[in-house]
Amino acid sequence: MEVELLEIRQHMGRFPPFDGLSDDLLDDIASQVEVGYFKTGTDILTLDQELHELCYIRSGAVEVYRRNGDLYNRLGEGDIFGHFSLLRNHRVRFPARALEDTLIYFIPEPAFHHLCDTDEHFADFVELGRPRMEAAVEQHKKANDMMITRVRKLLTRYPVMVEATTTVQEAARQIGEAQASAVLVLDAPGDNPRYTFTDSEDRPWQVCGILTDSDFRTRVVAEGLSPDTPVGELIGNRLITIQSDESVHEAMLCMLRNNVHHLPVLHRRRPVGIVHLSDIIRYETHSSLYLVSNIFNQSSAAGLAKLAPDVRAAFVRMVGEGANSQMAGSALSTIGRSFTRRLLELAEQELGPPPVPYCFMVNGSMARNEQTIVTDQDNALILSDDFDAKYHDAYFLALAERVSDGLAACGYTYCKGDVMATNSQWRQPLSVWKHYFSDWIDNPTPERLLHSSIFFDLDSTYGEEAYVEQLQDLVAQKAPASPLFLAAMARNALNRTPPLGFFRTFVMEKDGKQNNTINLKRRGTAPLVDLIRVHALACGSRAQNSFERLDDIGQTQLLAPGVGEKLRYAMELLSMARIRHQIIDIQQERTPDNDIEPENVEDSERHHLKDAFQVLSNAQKFLKYRYPIPARAGRSR
Amino acid sequence: MLPRHLLPRSSAADWPTYLEHRAAEARQPELARFFTAGCPEPDTPIAEAPLVALDLETTGLDVRRHAIVSIGLVPFTLRRIRLAERRYWVVRPSRPLSTQSITMHRITHSEIAEAPDLAEVLPELLDALAGRLVVVHFRHIERPFLNEAIKARLGEGLRFPVIDTMSLEARRHRLSTWARFRRWMRRPPVSIRLNDSRGRYGLPAYQGHHALLDALATAELLQAQIATHYLPQTPVGELWS
Repeated sequence: MEVELLEIRQHMGRFPPFDGLSDDLLDDIASQVEVGYFKTGTDILTLDQELHELCYIRSGAVEVYRRNGDLYNRLGEGDIFGHFSLLRNHRVRFPARALEDTLIYFIPEPAFHHLCDTDEHFADFVELGRPRMEAAVEQHKKANDMMITRVRKLLTRYPVMVEATTTVQEAARQIGEAQASAVLVLDAPGDNPRYTFTDSEDRPWQVCGILTDSDFRTRVVAEGLSPDTPVGELIGNRLITIQSDESVHEAMLCMLRNNVHHLPVLHRRRPVGIVHLSDIIRYETHSSLYLVSNIFNQSSAAGLAKLAPDVRAAFVRMVGEGANSQMAGSALSTIGRSFTRRLLELAEQELGPPPVPYCFMVNGSMARNEQTIVTDQDNALILSDDFDAKYHDAYFLALAERVSDGLAACGYTYCKGDVMATNSQWRQPLSVWKHYFSDWIDNPTPERLLHSSIFFDLDSTYGEEAYVEQLQDLVAQKAPASPLFLAAMARNALNRTPPLGFFRTFVMEKDGKQNNTINLKRRGTAPLVDLIRVHALACGSRAQNSFERLDDIGQTQLLAPGVGEKLRYAMELLSMARIRHQIIDIQQERTPDNDIEPENVEDSERHHLKDAFQVLSNAQKFLKYRYPIPARAGRSR
Repeated sequence: MLPRHLLPRSSAADWPTYLEHRAAEARQPELARFFTAGCPEPDTPIAEAPLVALDLETTGLDVRRHAIVSIGLVPFTLRRIRLAERRYWVVRPSRPLSTQSITMHRITHSEIAEAPDLAEVLPELLDALAGRLVVVHFRHIERPFLNEAIKARLGEGLRFPVIDTMSLEARRHRLSTWARFRRWMRRPPVSIRLNDSRGRYGLPAYQGHHALLDALATAELLQAQIATHYLPQTPVGELWS
C-alpha cells in the first residue's frame, strides 16, 4: 500500500458504500481519483452535462437539484453523487452546486463500474432506491428467525393418538409412557373433512380433539369421572390447529388469539405433532405470551399497571432478537387488547353484567395491529340498539371510565382528541354509529374526515364482534362508490409530508430548512398509513393492518405495478426505524417517543430512510391524481 | 543569472526568454529537453495553464548543509488534479540524514540506503516537470535545492518560474493594508503555513509531511486560491515569480 494514498483511502473507507470495500479495492480507487475544488456557490455539475465520473465529497457540502430547480438533496462529507447519471445515459439529471467551499474526489467511470461488478454491497447502494431498500428489509428478515422458521422445526416426535372410545385411564397411561403432555383424539371420518386423513394402513380417520395434562386434572379427576370414561366424551367441539409450514411466529399468535397452550400441527390434514407453549418459549426466550397470560391473571387494575415495565422489557427483547415491525406491532397490539379485555372483565365483575349487549371497539394503531411502545388509547363503545341512555348510560360510562383510567395507568395515555368511550359521542348504539359512518362518507367536511381517518381503522376487542363487522361492511360497501369522499380523504392524506432526508446532524426539509429532530410517526409512518388507507377504502378492503391492506390493493389496478411493493418496504423501514429509536430511548433511559435525532441515525439507515421518504413523497403526489374531485361536486378543495 | 526579484513585474515575461536562452546553451540532454519545453507565455490564463505541484522533503532548510530526501509531484489544472499521474521518489541524500528529519518525514535509514541517487531519477523528474508551470508552497526550498543538487551533478543549474502558494497567501495576509493594520494593532500575523492556509479555504487537514501528499495539498490550495481571489482568466505572469 502506498502511504501517500492512505489519507484518501482512509477517508473513503469511513463512508458507505466504500466502507464495505476491501483494502485492495480501496487502494485501487484512491490511486485513480482526480481532485477538484469548488468555491461556495459554484456549479459542480450542470444539467445535461456529460458525466463520466462519480463524485465523492471529501470536504464541504453540496446541494443537488431536480430538473425543475427544486432542491433534491443536500450532501456532506463522504456522500456521493452523479451515480444515477453513470448508471444511465451519462447526462447529468440532477445538477449540483457547492453549498460550502468543497473538495471533490472524482472517481473515473471504469473504476466505478469495476466496483459495481466486484462488490454487491456497492452495487446495491448506487442502484435506485428500491433494490437498496429491499436489500435492507431482506437482510433484516434473514436475521429474523422466528418469522421464517417453520413450526415443524419445533416438533420432536409424532403425537400420541388414541381413538375416541379409548378410556381416559388408557389414554393417561399412553401419555405417561410417551412422556408427552397431550393426546390427540381420533374418530371415524365425520362432519369435518378438514381434519380427515388416512393412516399408514390406509384407514381413514378424523382428528376430533385434543386432551391435555390439565384436562385430565380439571375435567377428569376434579370432576370425579370414572377412569373408564371414553376420551371422546371429554373433548370439546372446538379444535384449533396449525399447518406445519406456518411460522413459529404464527403459532405464537395463534396461541395468543385462542388462549391455548397446545396446538396440534398438521401436514395438510395429517397430524404430525403437537407444539406446546414451552416449545415456543424455549425457542424464543422473550415472551409476550407470558406477559399476556400474566395480564389475564391480574385481579385488579393496580396489578395490571404494575406490568407496564414488563411490556417495555418484552418490546426491547423482541426487537433485540430480530422481530420485524409486523411482529412487534401485532405483539404490542395483542398486549394492548389483553389489557383492555382484562380491564373490561374486571369492570364487569365490579359493575355487574351489562344491561344490554355491547362491543368495545378499538381504533387507530391497535385496530391496525401496528402499535408501538409509544401509544395513546383510541376506543369507543358500540351498544345494542336496545340501549336507552336514560337507564343504561350510567353503566357504560362507568365501564368506559374504568377501562380508560386503567389503560392510562398501564401507560396508554388518554387520547388528546378525546376519541375514547368516555366521550358520550363515542358511546352510542349501533344504529347511531351507522348513521355517523354514512354521514362522514356522504358529507366529507374537514372534521368528519378527521373522524374517518381515526374510526375507519376499527376492530373489536371485547363483546359483540358482529357490531364492528357490520360497520366494517358498511365502509367497505359505501366508500368505493363515493368518489368525493375518496378525493377528500386523498387530500387529507397529504397534510403531512416527509422531509427530504438528512444532512449532517439535521433533518433536511424540501425547502432547504433544517431541523434538529424529526417525528418519524408524523412525517413517515402516519402519512404512509393514511395513504394506504385511502387506497384500501377505494378498493373496498376490509383489512385493517397496512400490510394486509396492501395485499388487497395489490389485487386491484389502483397502483402501478411494483408500487405496492415499494410502499411495503417503505412502511417496514420507517416502522423499524421508529421502533429502533424507541429502543435507543429506552436503553438510554429517556422516555421513548416518536422523534429521532439525526446524530443517532447510522449512515446506512440515513440512506434507507431517505429512500423511504422518497417513495412516500412520490406516492403522495400520485394520490391527488388517482382520486380527483368529481366534476359535478363543484367543490374547491 | 538575473536577480529576478529586482525586476519590475512587467518584465516577468522574461521567463520564456530565459528558458529559451538556457535551452540553446544546455550541454546535458535532459536539461536541454526541459528548457526546450519552455513554459506557458505570461499572458496565458491560469485556467488554461498545465500545472504541476511539486514538493521536496529535505534534511533541513539550509541549501548548503542539507539535502533532498524525497520528491513528490502531481500534474494538474485548475479543474482537476490527476492523482493517477502522480510521481514520487525517495532519493539517497548526499549528506547524512538527521534523526529529526527521519521522524518528520517517516522515511527510514533503510529506505534511504536502498534509494537511488538523485542523478538516476533526474531524467524522469525533469520530463514530468517539462512544459508545465511548477506550483510550490514556499519557493525558497524547491527551487534552490533542485538548483544546487542539479548543479552538483550536471554542472549546470536549474531555474524555472514557479507559482508560490505561500506568497499568494502572503500577498493577502502579510502585505495588504489589513495585514499592516493588524501588525499596527499588534495582532499576531496570520499563519501562511500550508495547513493553516488550507484551513482558510475549507480544505481538510492532511497529515503531512510527505512529499506527494504535500504536493497534492499545494495543488488543492492553488485551486482554492484562484477560485476565491482571482479570475480563471488571470494571466500566469501575474502569479508566478
